[in-house]
Amino acid sequence: MKNTFKKFAIIALSCMMVFALAACGGGGGSSESSGAGELHIGGIGPLTGPAALYGQAVKNGAEIAVKEINEANPDGVQIVFDMQDDEHDPEKSVNAYNTLVDDGMQVLVGTVTSAPCTAVSAEAYANRTFALTPSASATSVVEGNDNVFQLCFQDPQQGQIAAEYIAKNFPDAVVGAIYNNSDNYSSGIFDAFKKALGEKGMSVAAEEAFASDDNADFSAQLNKMKNANVDLLFLPIYYTPASNIMKQAHDMGYAPKYFGCDGLDGILALEGFDTALAEGALLLTPFSADAEDEATQAFVSAYQEAYGEKPIQFAADAYDCIYTVYNCFNETGLGTDASMEEICEAMIEKFNGGFTATGLTASGDMKWAPTGEVEKAPKIYLIQDGKYVEQ
Amino acid sequence: MGFLTNLISGLSLGSVYAIIALGYTMVYGISKMLNFAHGDVIMIGGYVSFIFSMYMGMNGWISLAIAMVACTVLGILIERLAYRPLRGTGSLAVLITAIGVSYFLQNAALLIWGANPRVFPSLFEGVSTIHAAGGKLSLSPVSLFTILANIIIMIILTLFVSKTKAGKAMRAVSEDNGAAQLMGINVNQSISLTFAIGSGLAAVAGVLMCSAYPVLMPTTGAMPGIKAFTAAVFGGIGSIPGAMIGGLILGVIEIFSRAYISTELSDAIVFGCLIIVLLVKPTGLLGKKINEKV
Amino acid sequence: MAERILKNISTRGLKNAVKGNEYRKEALISYGILIIGYIVLQLGASVGLIGKHLQGQFVPICVYVALAISLNLVVGISGELSLGHAGFMAVGAFTGIIVMRVLEPHLGIMPIRLIIALIFAAIMAAIAGFIIGVPILSLRGDYLAIVTLAFGEIVRNFMNVLYFALDENDHLKFAFNHTIDGITNDQRILTGAIGATGVTKAATFTGAMLLTAFTLFVVLNLKNSKQGRAIMAIRDNRIAGESIGLDVRKYKLMAFVVSAALAGMAGCMFGQNYSTLAPVKFNFNTSILILVFVVLGGIGNIWGGMIAAALLTILPEAFRQFADYRMLTYAIVLILVMIGTYNPTFKARINSVIDKIKPKKKKDSGKKNKKSKSGKEVA
Repeated sequence: MKNTFKKFAIIALSCMMVFALAACGGGGGSSESSGAGELHIGGIGPLTGPAALYGQAVKNGAEIAVKEINEANPDGVQIVFDMQDDEHDPEKSVNAYNTLVDDGMQVLVGTVTSAPCTAVSAEAYANRTFALTPSASATSVVEGNDNVFQLCFQDPQQGQIAAEYIAKNFPDAVVGAIYNNSDNYSSGIFDAFKKALGEKGMSVAAEEAFASDDNADFSAQLNKMKNANVDLLFLPIYYTPASNIMKQAHDMGYAPKYFGCDGLDGILALEGFDTALAEGALLLTPFSADAEDEATQAFVSAYQEAYGEKPIQFAADAYDCIYTVYNCFNETGLGTDASMEEICEAMIEKFNGGFTATGLTASGDMKWAPTGEVEKAPKIYLIQDGKYVEQ
Repeated sequence: MGFLTNLISGLSLGSVYAIIALGYTMVYGISKMLNFAHGDVIMIGGYVSFIFSMYMGMNGWISLAIAMVACTVLGILIERLAYRPLRGTGSLAVLITAIGVSYFLQNAALLIWGANPRVFPSLFEGVSTIHAAGGKLSLSPVSLFTILANIIIMIILTLFVSKTKAGKAMRAVSEDNGAAQLMGINVNQSISLTFAIGSGLAAVAGVLMCSAYPVLMPTTGAMPGIKAFTAAVFGGIGSIPGAMIGGLILGVIEIFSRAYISTELSDAIVFGCLIIVLLVKPTGLLGKKINEKV
Repeated sequence: MAERILKNISTRGLKNAVKGNEYRKEALISYGILIIGYIVLQLGASVGLIGKHLQGQFVPICVYVALAISLNLVVGISGELSLGHAGFMAVGAFTGIIVMRVLEPHLGIMPIRLIIALIFAAIMAAIAGFIIGVPILSLRGDYLAIVTLAFGEIVRNFMNVLYFALDENDHLKFAFNHTIDGITNDQRILTGAIGATGVTKAATFTGAMLLTAFTLFVVLNLKNSKQGRAIMAIRDNRIAGESIGLDVRKYKLMAFVVSAALAGMAGCMFGQNYSTLAPVKFNFNTSILILVFVVLGGIGNIWGGMIAAALLTILPEAFRQFADYRMLTYAIVLILVMIGTYNPTFKARINSVIDKIKPKKKKDSGKKNKKSKSGKEVA
């Protein structure tokens, strides 16, 4: 008995030690108040674990927007942004959401990934938190939740657009697809793509799935593609496995034309990736770091200066999210002392009442349907000489 | 020809598993612990090699050697700091500590190198793929070298363990720790040596794996680690040739089930085969029969 | 040799016979922790002392405590290492979600529906436990561990290709490896690797606490029964157990199946606490996490596992202030706590420090000093 007590004493004390340290470390938030007060925006995303790159990109992109806004109007509403880690796990995501609510969050920008976002959306709906997600593109994110809006295209929208583009521009292609069936995003796009392609009188000659991002060997899938004479390979997946697929296809002497969605953006900035492998690939993405407009260039250079790498689409989405939330909040005419619930109802009204936003991820205006879906013009890019060229 | 191509992919993947499994099997043999942090040592090896070849512009082979040294040191350090204090306290406590070390390595890598994946430069940059049988059969140099490396490592290791003094000491310790100590064998040294060799091999496995499947992330080592552990058990944990056979069979089963049955269920098939093998041979393919002492 | 075995058995038997009050004490502490925990948390929440953040974790804490208790039955009481507990949790969770959805149009009362779902979850998980439990009979030690690991991965892999939906007439439809045609989104129950979405949350703190109490009740009673003593006798010496006529297979299987059923119920409760649940949740890491609770709480020590489960569920959340260093800190604390609790020289050192306070050797600096101090304070 005595031993067990001692054991617990040790655990308890080491925990206390750490708590004490935590208490010292915390409380460093900026508390200088300005005239118009502070708007507390919370963010949730995977900052650790296998999906960390998406969460970190969102965090970085959002922080740049926050910095710009706060510096541009020192007398206006100042934004306080707090990003919490969810490890790409719905359970942890709900925990992160509750932490943010405890800390006085007024608007949520998140969650970054779809499954956690679906879990958080239900909580945010019950608590009345306005949520604009930069990148959770599954339909289940907004289903039944009037308070959740998406800045990115929904998965089926992307599949539809991709199928239409292929049917128009490559009517004779033998189309194959490799998708991640454990991912909402990937299987959502693929299902819609297959259906839409069928409606256009074409079909998917070979379809293969893989089960997770760390699945490194694609030789079996690629062999099947090769044997089916696929010359246009649709990859509705993220750029990490895509780079793997391109490399392995190259190693086995197989070179189809690749067609990807927004997840493929970032592949050229991948450190160590031979961009020649992606030459000629087409991708449907709202953002490209190589775009030449002024806003994008300013964002890209600010991002590179701060974080030493090129931003991916997730960062741009987050950047737009912060601006959209900020502008919409100002339009509501509420003060920063308004509660989370008040802000939620006011912003829902604005979003449903034809609020429009502009940003890096849309060539024109962005509008929202009452269901939460975004309406904006798609963009298709071609990878040429190691750069994205808009089509 | 598809069959042959798949077979070679399977053998190549299996060779990677086999080299990782060696680390598991040797460590298990000598200290009866499941070192779940082994997969993450592979990842560290990959990163170290990446850093030296990409940023310092070194030749891939030199950076491989540096990665081996780094992982060897890391392996010894882990054993010294995290496992040795718990020696003799039952395998579960060490198992949990190994999990802790695994979390530690993954998160340290995340902090040091960031979440952005890196694309690993192949050891065989510029060596082109060999095409045979009218382009139907393609042999990538990485696959061939991985299979070759696996065989060479296996031979050297078997000779080392059976012929050299240090190797014999390792076997003695794994046979009977206490008796070995009484015979004047330095048990600590033997165990450190085992960890050193296992971790050094992990670096080789990391570089070879990343050459074939080039994405490098902080979580890269986790799944191959578990698969390799499965391979080690498959072949009979504690047995060096068992690790090789287990790894190769596992790799071939995985690729074949993906190619001919289902890509989604390939993991289930691999693990199902493991269960069946253990039902037929409870100590793995080449495992020693456990004699129960009364 | 035989003498030793006999001695072993007799001391064990003697202990069991004489120390009936030891069991009473264990039960008292375990139930006490539950009841006090429930009252404190409920009060704290209603008074407003406990924020939303901790409140949101009430149900998962109960679930993890229940899982720790049920795994202790296999690891602690039956003495087998299981690395696939999350697999049973998955079976229970998805069974529960399906049952809840199927009953939704027919049965309005949520608690009754939840109880039925829990029963089904327990049955399905028990079946899974039986199927995987049979090979256990021929395997020992780490080979058993790897089979349970393999089982957990197989379950997850199968869940990745399972599709369930309700058709227009509320009939359950099932498909394997592809989506079901003609089904709209809101009719879907499980969609392969994406899992369940749009789950109506049915779990409450009280419900989860009752489940934990039930789990505790079953495990403590089993431990204190004739069968429980047989299971422990086999754990302590299998051959001796066999030689006195105990059916090793039967008892090991019993512990394993009961544990699986309880894990299934906990999983069911877990699944009812979130609006979405994907198979990836039940991977190897979750199995390991539950094992960590058990080992940290002291293998076989039921209330120890309960406290460890609650603490380790809160801990990573409490580390949120570390921001980027959160999980790294967690890893370091885990390693240090393991070394702190199990290292023999370290334990001895604490004792010697307690006995006579004297300056330590130069060799041990830093963390050991800190730790010894903490040990001292407690003593």
